[in-house]
Amino acid sequence: MNIFLFAAIGMIAGMTIAAVRAVKGPTFYDRLLAVNTLGTKTTVLLALSGYLFERPDFTDIALLYAIMNQIATVGLLKLIEKRSLA
Amino acid sequence: MNALFALLAHLSIIAGVFFMLVAAIGLIRFPDFYSRCHPAGMTGTLGQGLLFFGLILLQGLDGVSVKLALVSLFVFATNPVVTHAMMRTAYLEGVEPWRKGDR
Repeated sequence: MNIFLFAAIGMIAGMTIAAVRAVKGPTFYDRLLAVNTLGTKTTVLLALSGYLFERPDFTDIALLYAIMNQIATVGLLKLIEKRSLA
Repeated sequence: MNALFALLAHLSIIAGVFFMLVAAIGLIRFPDFYSRCHPAGMTGTLGQGLLFFGLILLQGLDGVSVKLALVSLFVFATNPVVTHAMMRTAYLEGVEPWRKGDR
């Protein structure tokens, strides 16, 4: 039971708890906030998986997912506020 | 010196996992969207910063640790901006905040 396995189990527990809010949240913005938090935890889990599977290339995937998470959330908010993607 | 860095790295990773769990539990317990933004945005950013710092200490000075530092700096810079944008859009679209007497 090394430290990476402990941190990965902690991350999965946090993701499960955040998913409860994604299902339950009464407004749309609650679900959006839960998905953004899930994305941040996924970035950390990807970097930890690189250590668990002994492949140092997973940090590139973590960087890509962090960028996509931010762009997706901000793009969706812009679509809601201005009614178009321009 | 190596043992000191290893101990600091392990403590940092455990603290990072703790703050991430605090962020997730705060998402459930708070009564309103605006108040839920606070734990998710702030403690999530701090938790991932501590965790990546611990991973960098375990790795040493390497190419992988530079990439980890880049990921951590990017999330550190953009997560508060996204939280602010969410609260601003929700306010402009008319989501009502929670007052002390309700529910």
